[in-house]
Amino acid sequence: MKNELTTLQTARDLGLLEEEYNRIQEILGRVPNFTELSIFSVMWSEHCSYKNSIAWLKKLPRGGERMLAEAGEENAGLVDIGDGLACSFKIESHNHPSAIEPYQGAATGVGGINRDIFTMGARPIAQLNSLRFGDLSSERTQWLLKGVVKGIGDYGNAFGIPTVGGELYFDTCYQVNPLVNAFSAGIVETDKIASAISYGVGNPVFIVGSATGKDGIHGAAFASKDIGEDSLKDLPAVQVGDPFQEKLLLEATLEVIASGCVIGIQDMGAAGIICSTSEMSAKGEHGMDIWLDEVPLRQPDMLPFEILLSESQERMLIVVHKGREQEVLDIFAKWDLNCAQIGVVTDTGKLRFYQHGALAAEVPAHDLVLGGGAPVYHREYREPAYYQQFKKFDPASVAQPRDYAEVGKFLLRHPNIASRAWVAEQYDSMIGTNTVTTNTPSDAPVVRIKGTSKAILVKADCNGRYVHADPEIGSAIAVAESARNIVCSGGQAVAITNCLNFGNPYNPEVYWQFVKTIQGMKKACEKFNTPVTGGNVSFYNQSDDGGAVFPTPVIGMLGLLDHYENKMTLDFKNENDPIYLLGELTNDISCSEYLYSYCGIKSSPAPYFDLEKEFQLQQAVTQIIAQRLVQSVHDVSDGGLFIALAESAMAGNKGFEVRTVDPIRKDAFWFGEGQSRVVVSVKEAQQSTLEETLRTLKIPFVLLGKVSHQDFTVDTKVWMNLKEAKQLYDNTLASYLK
Amino acid sequence: MKFGITVFPGSNCDEDVFYVFQNILKQDVVKLWHKETSLQGCDFIIVPGGFSYGDYLRSGAIARFSPIMDAVVEHANRGGYVLGICNGFQILTEAGLLPGTLLRNISQKFVCKNAYIKPVSTSALMTASLDSQRCYKIPVAHADGRYYASEDTIKELQDHDQILFQYCDANGQILSESNFNGSLLSIAGVTNRQKNVFGLMPHPERACDEALENTDGRYLLEPLLSLQTV
Repeated sequence: MKNELTTLQTARDLGLLEEEYNRIQEILGRVPNFTELSIFSVMWSEHCSYKNSIAWLKKLPRGGERMLAEAGEENAGLVDIGDGLACSFKIESHNHPSAIEPYQGAATGVGGINRDIFTMGARPIAQLNSLRFGDLSSERTQWLLKGVVKGIGDYGNAFGIPTVGGELYFDTCYQVNPLVNAFSAGIVETDKIASAISYGVGNPVFIVGSATGKDGIHGAAFASKDIGEDSLKDLPAVQVGDPFQEKLLLEATLEVIASGCVIGIQDMGAAGIICSTSEMSAKGEHGMDIWLDEVPLRQPDMLPFEILLSESQERMLIVVHKGREQEVLDIFAKWDLNCAQIGVVTDTGKLRFYQHGALAAEVPAHDLVLGGGAPVYHREYREPAYYQQFKKFDPASVAQPRDYAEVGKFLLRHPNIASRAWVAEQYDSMIGTNTVTTNTPSDAPVVRIKGTSKAILVKADCNGRYVHADPEIGSAIAVAESARNIVCSGGQAVAITNCLNFGNPYNPEVYWQFVKTIQGMKKACEKFNTPVTGGNVSFYNQSDDGGAVFPTPVIGMLGLLDHYENKMTLDFKNENDPIYLLGELTNDISCSEYLYSYCGIKSSPAPYFDLEKEFQLQQAVTQIIAQRLVQSVHDVSDGGLFIALAESAMAGNKGFEVRTVDPIRKDAFWFGEGQSRVVVSVKEAQQSTLEETLRTLKIPFVLLGKVSHQDFTVDTKVWMNLKEAKQLYDNTLASYLK
Repeated sequence: MKFGITVFPGSNCDEDVFYVFQNILKQDVVKLWHKETSLQGCDFIIVPGGFSYGDYLRSGAIARFSPIMDAVVEHANRGGYVLGICNGFQILTEAGLLPGTLLRNISQKFVCKNAYIKPVSTSALMTASLDSQRCYKIPVAHADGRYYASEDTIKELQDHDQILFQYCDANGQILSESNFNGSLLSIAGVTNRQKNVFGLMPHPERACDEALENTDGRYLLEPLLSLQTV
């Protein structure tokens, strides 16, 4: 590909629209050459520009007294957690590469999200991942799942930051398009925060880390297309990760930021050098002259567009104070990493790229970026027919099961509910010696911050089935459940990051799901005072034949606990401790795993949810934990009340004796997924105080029964014992994934 | 006693070991960068876990060529104490300071969980004072932890009381199911003939802090503090 002038056909081949090609000519005042058009094609791709989502994303609440960076302004969100510390956290998708090459796709997702954190100057301390696959009995799903888990494990384990939790769902809607979302959180002293900015004419621009190769070229554009038969041809768009380089880059980066010689720093993820040079320059309202001959390359004879667009991993762009070049060189030499000056900051506002002494491309930085000249589209949207259809569901049409114990067993071993240990044990969850929930589990993992009494809590959550049934309610539930998990662990919900996984935005019905999701998320985030610090939109999770995935807006929530000793755990502690259900009893089986998988009824609305009642419940849970009135707290979610009880019992090696409380349907009582409910166990001596407190707080509650030795007894019938339950719960994933 | 922790590129448990020795066991401890050639007067060297040099060729195979390792080998040959944990154990076998080798887990997968181990050797510093009737809950996190050695070597280990720990279940039973990585004789740790070099696959430093609600690791490390300065 020579650097010749382009035509509309070239633009179309690069995934640009005619109107976008015309706009580029207006901006440049001339016809772009191939390098320049490539630059626009990646910077204006959905992945980099958010052109089809930004108008709606801006409606989400983004402010708050703890916010140290506005959403989208930096590589990751930044929240003040007191004592001179901040937490930087973010979630990001790597869906498209993982669909083609699960091992490297997932591994580089982990690498990318961690670079976003440590470019801020923060040392990562906890990772999560959120995974969605198709039918677990299919060979392709097993291949994808094994590859993704190994990719995440091999990268994260060697990088040396614990993976403390995550989520995993299976549904045929993800058969072609798996979802692989990675989350990381790090801690930085507030006076050592780094920014993704460039300014100061004559300041040197360095590239550090791995050499640049031909991998991942047009990766950002690839992530902005539907997955089809041709996708295998995009294989070179998948990058290859090297966690060893990333570990060295982490240490060297934190050292160089601490040295004080850095003006600005940005990692190279999507769209490589062109993305970091343009975003840093646009933010600092400066330009850069870059000499491509100085970029360390993996192979000779790379063309300008290849060098600029390469998504080779484990690289950073750093602008430093002129005169302090040697300090930077020394730090990277210590860590045996490449470090090369490739250019200087200018006052032109333009990016000029030179190769072999000739100007290969000249583009204005501002016009390339989100918030600058990148296009913003208001897409058309339309309510899909299924939405009203689902609402017509009548629970009376569902006969109650004859054998309740059988339903309980079905749910315990269901791939969406069973133990995740097969996955979790492949991740180092304990390195860093801060994971205080290793030996006693909580609804959300709790990670202590050394040198303080504080801990952060992190949780990823989304039930795509609920969001599909009703995007507005489903996305509010995703926020509420993340917050509930943090509150049930003794923490306070602070802020969220989101990863919005959807189908093709040019499909009005998909876009309707997106719009409604934002509206529901907005309401819930406002209610819980958890602003959105940033995140990622992944459209085009859609295949030629399989249609779109469930709309899956994964919430990554950050919580805070001032004293980690005050965490609450979910395991039953003592035999004979009374067990209570807090929250409203609802005669609701809608959208439950029971209805969807056991009864096989796929069309029903989202489960019962009342945002105000949810908020009151969480306030009450916070209070009873603070007053030390409860022994264990566990929220009722997938699988309903029976599964919540079973999980608390298995975690504590106990059983339970409980009874059905009239007047609602028995299947709704045990397996319904009506929201805003929590199971607690309490010491007999504190029973009356707990009840009194709940009455004062106007929180409905029922006494279910008590913790027992080994049997899971419901209405005097033993459904199963602890050993049987564990057999069912512990072995499901392994039985598929030999 | 002065403890020194070697740091190779890719080491990632160095900070955890350092934290335990400095903040919990209250010892004099320093880090030893792999490019250095002096042990800075340390009496006891700890080679921590991680993925030195990415473990790309074979776990521990490259790290043993680092400059600091010459000093560590010399220290050990003079009778100085050395403990290798996880990747550190692998490095010490590669360096020839400990017998046997660590192969890929029988499951072919990385595994991180609480393991239970039982002390065996009654003559080694680390285990002599431990209760041979109880088991200790110590986390593991490795892909290459399957201890393997020739029949002759295994016999020597037994003859000279060089097996430090065996994997067992939570009740102290040594069963094939509790030998999750497929080690010969469920071996979780060994010492050399002179009993001054120790290798452990489990991570005692991950079980020392009360905040983590498991302090069994202290039982393994505290005997090391009783040593007199050489």
